[in-house]
Amino acid sequence: MAMVLYFIFFGFILTAILGLLVSWLERKVTARLQYRVGPPLFQPFTDIVKLLGKELLIPRGVSKNTFLLAPIIGIVGAMVVSTLLFVVNMYPDKTFFGDLIVVLYFLVLPSLGVILGGFASNNPLASIGASREMKLVLAYELPFILAVLAVVIKSGLAIKFGDIIAYQSQNGMFIASWSGVISFIVILLCAQAKLGLVPFDVAEAETELAAGALIEYSGPALAIFKLTKAMLFFVLPFLMTILFFGGFSAAHLLKSLFGFIGIIVLIVVVKNTNPRLRIDQALRFFWGPVTVLAILAVILAIKGL
Amino acid sequence: MSVKLKALLKSPWVFHLSTGSCNNCDIEILDCLTPRFDVERFGMVLVGSIKHADVLLCTGSVNRKCIPKIKELYEQAPKPILVVAVGECSMSRGMFIDSYNCPVPLDKIIPIDVYIPGCPPKPEAIIAGVAKVIEKIKNSKLQK
Ligand code: SF4
Repeated sequence: MAMVLYFIFFGFILTAILGLLVSWLERKVTARLQYRVGPPLFQPFTDIVKLLGKELLIPRGVSKNTFLLAPIIGIVGAMVVSTLLFVVNMYPDKTFFGDLIVVLYFLVLPSLGVILGGFASNNPLASIGASREMKLVLAYELPFILAVLAVVIKSGLAIKFGDIIAYQSQNGMFIASWSGVISFIVILLCAQAKLGLVPFDVAEAETELAAGALIEYSGPALAIFKLTKAMLFFVLPFLMTILFFGGFSAAHLLKSLFGFIGIIVLIVVVKNTNPRLRIDQALRFFWGPVTVLAILAVILAIKGL
Repeated sequence: MSVKLKALLKSPWVFHLSTGSCNNCDIEILDCLTPRFDVERFGMVLVGSIKHADVLLCTGSVNRKCIPKIKELYEQAPKPILVVAVGECSMSRGMFIDSYNCPVPLDKIIPIDVYIPGCPPKPEAIIAGVAKVIEKIKNSKLQK
């Protein structure tokens, strides 16, 4: 019963609120960087409420179940990850063996939802968007897992969040070591791709694919997709805070908070200063330099640097 | 006013449809997004798909090839949808009124909520027009 409450309160409500605030921050900073005023604070909330009140259209000739299930799969993935991270951060002893792997698996679900929804939409642009999203997942998943592996090796082969947090509270943050810095950069780039932000927004490419995989979605289904993306915008920096700054523990709350906000600002700045890559360039980028960096981080971690 | 309506008025997402304009109106619409006018202050953004839109912004003298597409787009839009006609062309066909290719004005094809005159209208006029349509909806729904 307690788990269900955690799931609803932390996994959904708190994550949604924080995620929408972070996505407001993203829009505001983008606007300020372009010398604009930007949207008011409650704009993302208003958007979601408005979308919930709109008509839900289902295109002709689609599989209704897949079409409507796809956004739910995505949001459930984000909710599970966020619940796990919150619980692990509050009670590090509640961790279980392999929860890091569970998180890695569930983090793919939002992308999977987009892919399923895109292919189920019966629209050529959506199919192209979905296939690009699929290639992007294949591209960033390898360096992402390698970089997480570097963190696991550093903390003495602990595949538990609790141990990673405990190790960092005793021996200092991973970000202060060479392998930590390198794997941090790798995960930052992968987070950019997971969020579908500008250098890697090939799946949603507004100028060429209209809205990509989400083109046929309207009303509440679109709201769920937007909410999932906003939640991921909070969950991924949170995951990175746990992996590299030792989570939000009382001992170094301020440093972690600083790190958390720094990660978000870095993501937004990268978004605003880069043009979009083509899908083949993105694939080459992730499998080439980024994977090499990730392997370097693993080697450094084995050497104990 | 219901929460639904309030939210709709605070975040109108705009789909931009050119029904054969000379492109000048379209450029003025894009002007509204620039730092000088910045309509994102009011929650307006341009979206790429009609299924995401709350406002259908039409420019241009409606030519024959476009008519079936306009009807299709209007039917595909998730309701409630507002239709805004920008520019002289979309109101009365402007200088193309005698053209063989522009049989009827736009409001004979789909219902229009607000007309913004001008050839092309200034960005200020476009923003004022959208503000008016918001006022209109507020009043009409309040009286009910
Ligand atoms: S109203 Fe004027 S500026 Fe606008 S499309 Fe027509 S001719 Fe061009």
